[in-house]
Amino acid sequence: MQTRNRQHWGKTLESICLPVAALLFSLFLFGIFCAAVGSNPFDVYASIYKAAFGSWRSFQNTLIRAAPLMLTALCTALPARLGLVIIGNEGALVMGGIGAIIAGLGLGGHALPLVVQLGMAIAGLLFGGLWIGAVGALRHYRGVNETISSLLMNYIAIALLNHLVNGPMKDPASLNKPSSFPIPNVDMLGVLPGTRIHYGLIYGIVACVIAYILIQRTTFGFAARTAGGNIRAARIAGLPVGKLTMAICFLAGSCAGLAGMVEVAAVHGRANESLNANYGYSGILVAFIARYNPLAATVVAVLLGGILASGGILQRVHNLPDATVLVFQGLVFLVVMYSESLYGRFAIFKERSEVKPTRQPAAVV
Amino acid sequence: MAAENVGWWGVPLAIAAGTMRGGTPFLFVSLGECLTEKSGKINLGLEGTLLTGAMSAYAISYLTGSPWLGVLMAGVAGMALGLIHAWLTQQPKVNDVAVGIAMIIFGSGIAFFLGKPFIQPSAPQLPTFNLGGWSSISSLQEALRISPLFLLGVALAPIMTWFFKSTRWGLFIRAVGDSPDAALAMGVSIKKVRMLAIIAGSFLAGIGGASLSLYYPGIWSERISTGQGLMAVALVIFARWQPMQCLYASLLFGGAQAIGPALQSVGITQGYYLFNAAPYILTLGIMILTCSPTRTISGAPGALGSGS
Repeated sequence: MQTRNRQHWGKTLESICLPVAALLFSLFLFGIFCAAVGSNPFDVYASIYKAAFGSWRSFQNTLIRAAPLMLTALCTALPARLGLVIIGNEGALVMGGIGAIIAGLGLGGHALPLVVQLGMAIAGLLFGGLWIGAVGALRHYRGVNETISSLLMNYIAIALLNHLVNGPMKDPASLNKPSSFPIPNVDMLGVLPGTRIHYGLIYGIVACVIAYILIQRTTFGFAARTAGGNIRAARIAGLPVGKLTMAICFLAGSCAGLAGMVEVAAVHGRANESLNANYGYSGILVAFIARYNPLAATVVAVLLGGILASGGILQRVHNLPDATVLVFQGLVFLVVMYSESLYGRFAIFKERSEVKPTRQPAAVV
Repeated sequence: MAAENVGWWGVPLAIAAGTMRGGTPFLFVSLGECLTEKSGKINLGLEGTLLTGAMSAYAISYLTGSPWLGVLMAGVAGMALGLIHAWLTQQPKVNDVAVGIAMIIFGSGIAFFLGKPFIQPSAPQLPTFNLGGWSSISSLQEALRISPLFLLGVALAPIMTWFFKSTRWGLFIRAVGDSPDAALAMGVSIKKVRMLAIIAGSFLAGIGGASLSLYYPGIWSERISTGQGLMAVALVIFARWQPMQCLYASLLFGGAQAIGPALQSVGITQGYYLFNAAPYILTLGIMILTCSPTRTISGAPGALGSGS
């Protein structure tokens, strides 16, 4: 029992240390990149830290950005446990936003704010869920590669959003940036008392905790992990692989859809192209760094939210283009990918006794 | 508006022109992806390569005044990204699809970062063959302005077919992609062949980017690529990994892309944004029709995506 525990701890330690080391190494690479384009890397680091975590004000800003990241990360993290690589986060987020604005405009003024908000949340969950659920269905019934189909559906969702806000839903008053009509102010999601942080952060944390419990502590989650480890064995064991695929994809999409609802109901108050602000793509990165662990995703989302929040200051103070953040994210992603190959290579994390380590389940991705 | 002279004929004309103009980046990226996938690896990151290629071509053409040097540089920049992809995907336990997603973010980040100063200035464009001189209709002349890059791409498809079928190296790539064990028995280095196939494929994708920024639409902006690099991956599946089929599919996709703007030019603005989604819906529709849950698609390289 004791050896099992130690081994368990070694593994946990490994899956904390390696991503942290990867993050540090990508910071180092990013520093080289900054130096190459003529900025002092240490000043840049200091600015990022200041903009992300330096003051309570900036930390609130970071948390506001972390909220949708937690939710979109689940859109990749949950299906990954089933062995699916889904990157339709952006599309599901946009669809959730569309659902939320339809519900918000339909109910707004006719019902209590709480009912309107609930309606928007349900619509967001439903729209996002059906969007990615369709990806799961295509995968199961037609064998369509889920990565490519979910990516294509991002573009379709964005085209649909553009169509709606430039046509049927367009508020004639929005000239420079075509937008839908705004939802009434009273129906917007409020902020946590004493802060500027909206309730979306609570949604994000709660969703991640539920996802963790669902995957790690329920029979449903166990079935999903089994199917992710070996689909043939799961079929032989009589697990309903198709239903599992669809259910997980629906849940994944509904999380990203909820992120869209939060953006509409708490940040923008209307639907327009600001919805597609790359939270979906950053969410993929969060899921990969967190190694598909929903609890770890909350922490990683805050870190990445901080980096996203520092985009403005890098532009103003260091005269670096806004794409700097994208370069940094790309570097982090590549280094994290490389770190995948390092698992099991370091003796410190291994059990030293004679007990052979249990075979690792097949890689999730 | 040019379409005034020709009225409704402007629509098929613009779509026909779109097949050649809009099809060129598809053609290069899909041939590059085809080459890569034949060796058994997927490169989903060609979207990033395409953007980096477009940026490098535009920047070099602006700085040196020579668009052809820009095209070459686009290819070289593509190779650099391909090298990263090739090295990373050959590490143990590293998934090539995930690396591809990372490369999309990294490649587009690099392209937008370095390309920022080049959004405003206008760079010299590639020369074109104007085959429409005999006609007095300006939109017909416009449609028959054919890029040498397009012709190069069209020539490349049969050359690649021949390369796979009749050359030593073509056989090596097919062997590595179909049956790595057999390739190993032949004494072929799987690593080296895949490395070269990925880098060469990225070179082609970079050139596809050059055709975006130096031919059509002939500008550099952050919105220049609308997912052509990603659609190319689906396109290769549709084309059953055959270069000639890639050519036809690219023309089809280029045409689909031109539907929205073509209708807009004759005054149909209703649903403009929806028509813009035509290539994606087409891709998805094709995948739904051609894929099957029970059998692997005929023509697929045996080791594709197996991680071996």
